[in-house]
Amino acid sequence: MQIEIGVVPQYSIGVRPERFICFLGILCCLLFAIQTHAQEKKVESVIDSILPVNLEEVIIVASYDHTLEHRSQHKPLSTLDEYLESSRKVSMIKRGAYAWEPVLNDMSSERLSVTIDGMRIFGACTDKMDPVTSYVDVSNLKEVHVSGGQQGAEQGSVIGGSIDLKLEKSDFVEKGWFGSVETGGETSNAARILGGELNYSDSKFYVDTDAIYRKADNYSAGGGDEVAFSQYEKYNLSTNAGYRVSEGKKLSASFIFDEARDVGYPALPMDVSLARAYIASVSWSQKSFLKHFTDWETKLYANKVTHVMDDSKRPDVPIRMDMPGWSDTYGFYTQANLRLESHRFLLKLDGYYNRSLAEMTMYPEDPDENSMFMLTWPDVRTFNSGFYSEDMIPFETGYLKLSTRLAINMSNVADEFGLNSLRIFYPDMPQRKNRFLKSVSLQYYKDLDKFHVNTGLSYGDRAPSVSEGYGFYLFNSFDNHDYIGDPELSNEKALEANAKVSFKGDRLSTSIEGNYFFMQDYILGEVDPSLSVMTIGAEGVKIYKNLEYAHLFNISWENEYDITPVLKWTGILSYHRGVDDDNRNLPFISPLTYKSGLQYAQQGYTGSISMKGAASQENFNPDFGEDKTDAYMVFSLSMGKIFTIDSNTLYVKLGVENIFDEYYSTYTDWKNIPRMGRNFFMNVSYAIN
Amino acid sequence: MKRIKLFLAAIIVAAGFVSCSDNNNDDDIIIEVNPLEGYNMLTKLTANTHSIEIYSEQDQFTIGYNELFFRIKDDAADTYISNAEVSWMPVMHMTEMQHSCPKSSVGVTDDTSVYSGYVVFQMPGNDTEYWEMTFDYSIDGTSYSLTEKIDVLAPVNDKRRVTVFTGSDDVRYVLAMMPLDPQVAVNDFSAMLFKMESMMSFPNVADYAIMIDPRMPSMGNHSSPNNVDLSYDATSQMYNGKLSLTMTGYWKINLKVMDDDDTLLKGEDVTDENEASSLFFEIEF
Repeated sequence: MQIEIGVVPQYSIGVRPERFICFLGILCCLLFAIQTHAQEKKVESVIDSILPVNLEEVIIVASYDHTLEHRSQHKPLSTLDEYLESSRKVSMIKRGAYAWEPVLNDMSSERLSVTIDGMRIFGACTDKMDPVTSYVDVSNLKEVHVSGGQQGAEQGSVIGGSIDLKLEKSDFVEKGWFGSVETGGETSNAARILGGELNYSDSKFYVDTDAIYRKADNYSAGGGDEVAFSQYEKYNLSTNAGYRVSEGKKLSASFIFDEARDVGYPALPMDVSLARAYIASVSWSQKSFLKHFTDWETKLYANKVTHVMDDSKRPDVPIRMDMPGWSDTYGFYTQANLRLESHRFLLKLDGYYNRSLAEMTMYPEDPDENSMFMLTWPDVRTFNSGFYSEDMIPFETGYLKLSTRLAINMSNVADEFGLNSLRIFYPDMPQRKNRFLKSVSLQYYKDLDKFHVNTGLSYGDRAPSVSEGYGFYLFNSFDNHDYIGDPELSNEKALEANAKVSFKGDRLSTSIEGNYFFMQDYILGEVDPSLSVMTIGAEGVKIYKNLEYAHLFNISWENEYDITPVLKWTGILSYHRGVDDDNRNLPFISPLTYKSGLQYAQQGYTGSISMKGAASQENFNPDFGEDKTDAYMVFSLSMGKIFTIDSNTLYVKLGVENIFDEYYSTYTDWKNIPRMGRNFFMNVSYAIN
Repeated sequence: MKRIKLFLAAIIVAAGFVSCSDNNNDDDIIIEVNPLEGYNMLTKLTANTHSIEIYSEQDQFTIGYNELFFRIKDDAADTYISNAEVSWMPVMHMTEMQHSCPKSSVGVTDDTSVYSGYVVFQMPGNDTEYWEMTFDYSIDGTSYSLTEKIDVLAPVNDKRRVTVFTGSDDVRYVLAMMPLDPQVAVNDFSAMLFKMESMMSFPNVADYAIMIDPRMPSMGNHSSPNNVDLSYDATSQMYNGKLSLTMTGYWKINLKVMDDDDTLLKGEDVTDENEASSLFFEIEF
């Protein structure tokens, strides 16, 4: 593949050679040590600076002061998907090079809440080709908050947890005009990235605007084979503005437009010709409210997602089809803090209304024959409204956090055509279905000087997703089955226990964290042999069912060691297991994985060398298309330098991923599509102050 | 003054009439309106100073099941004749032979000037072969007969709604699908089965069974769930069942006909090797 942007795999930008050699030498000696990436700063305080809530992970996407965005990531202009993948807790299901689907605690979209600044948004693709995370970009994000299990209940009724993408805002910092230009290139897929931002901020008013454009061709797997249909093109524009009405009172608004075109999905039989989202919000925040309340924030939001699947570029398909989908969501939340004696309450009222519609039109070879049309999502209107409250009770060396969410979830199949379609399977199915959702959680933290203990017990449930409840012949290319929803599914429930013990020494930090989910009425597709497949070539039809129960278990061990003040070693080892009531393996459960690396940062120089890998996947489930994924180990390297030119800053970062051009795929790779082979990249950011 | 009183009285009386007629006139008004408004007049046969106007929901005589309505008009008096004794007989004039087709007897609808019944044409007419319709009717004791050629055409979409077959019992049968407005849903689905007793006699067959297996040949020949095979209903003299259509498009309804001893008369199972039954209906929407 041709490289369109001159990426030089050498460290050639004004670095004294002796220093570089010395640096490389150190890195090589410690090659087999372990790491996570630098952007993973754990947040020691969320509610209050004294109280660490270290079950939450925060992935820093942008530096706060704007001068240099994404500096801490080993590849600053990598996609948001890559940022998330490098996190400790999140892994990503890949169907191609674009729009990966986040997995947290071995659970994906329907068991998670993925929000943008607290806004609910739902993908419009019946085949999960457009997770919420695909509609934002690193250019407009500040950080990503990842909360496992019921700790994520603040954002919605969840089982696996929540991922909240926080937008970057100047937030009345007195900086006047400032901006930056960023560009990047990669060799494996000839990716071209161009971005920029222009902001104005003073104590009364701020406005931020940014734009990013990415275009990539097919990438090459290890060994050099091109992966067909892995190209993509996307751009994202966003703006947000705030006005300080008076001291402590702020009005702000944000708008994001994201559009991807010509996105290939090598693991799927179809590509995407258009994925577009409009995401808008207006919010009011007030420092104090009704005397006792503080940090009152109210937000109204709306978003509209359009997703068009397309197979017109595939040379050979059994039948041509169009599969557009639409998802519109309108919602609000209002929340405030309250202190009563030692209790710190967070109270939140939220609600959203979502409309999900998707259709499928198939064109027979005989042009005189009528096209075949069906509604795959029958215009499902979901209204969900909930009340969340938490109470943090601090003690001298710890705290107890109690939280609960109560919600009603009402769904209505608004389209008569769609309702009648589903009634073929469920003749007595009512048009509306109401569910009551609840969550309670108890989390205890104890500070034992250098040791910290965090443990919790919680219970929560969730309503089935639109696909699980109302999907109509949704083809899953991984297990090669058509899926049909069941509107009468019971809520899925999870009893969760978690514990974390960490040690924080002067130079060494280490922690072991584990959680266990006992899931009742676990929702999973099961084959119904009496049904006839719709999709040509499919093996069978699965109906979503409630399994009696399932177990999920996750454990991880993390380490961080400051070898010298400028050189840090990090490492993480994790293991996951999931089985159902019949002792069958659940699909998409990670084998033993590890990450390790060294990071160097001094006087404007940064460098990192990292390794990641996994043992072979022994606990796979062939019923879901899985096979034994082989073990792998890949290495990456990056180096960066900051230059100061007048008052402006130039930041250059070079690196190579998959240094040894290993051909590999992981358990999250849909149909074992191979990962990218050796890939050189260069990112350049220029910040104008 | 007297005049005014008279005038007022006249108004009151007139108002009384008007309101009376408002209340009572409903029936009369219906008579004014064509009771077959909204139906298509397929043909008008004329003889004996009468015309017979044949109406249908369809816009042509089509092979398959035809529900027909007709009125007999006295051309001279320009009135429609009620409660006539009517019978009909469709006959196909082929080059070598003549035959009739399954049909109902003629009945009278709620409106006594409108007669109705059904005819199941098995084949269309063409240049050399044609259908003729004979009406025998008597009005006030006088018998009349009227015979005229009619055009029976294949359906516009050319989909099979009727099939003629010889069963394993060596009897010839006519199987006709009842008109259907297909929906992506579970549809009520009915058919009528007739035995060809002679060239001119096609009696209804009771208590057999008709198995259905809908398939989409253009989409991997897949089927649909929760279909209900057709069973005989003595009241309607039809075979009734349920047909599930999971999407729009072209569906082939593969059929098997079993007699009252569960002996297969005609049709085959659809399997991987056998794409379709030799006995089928077609639907496209």
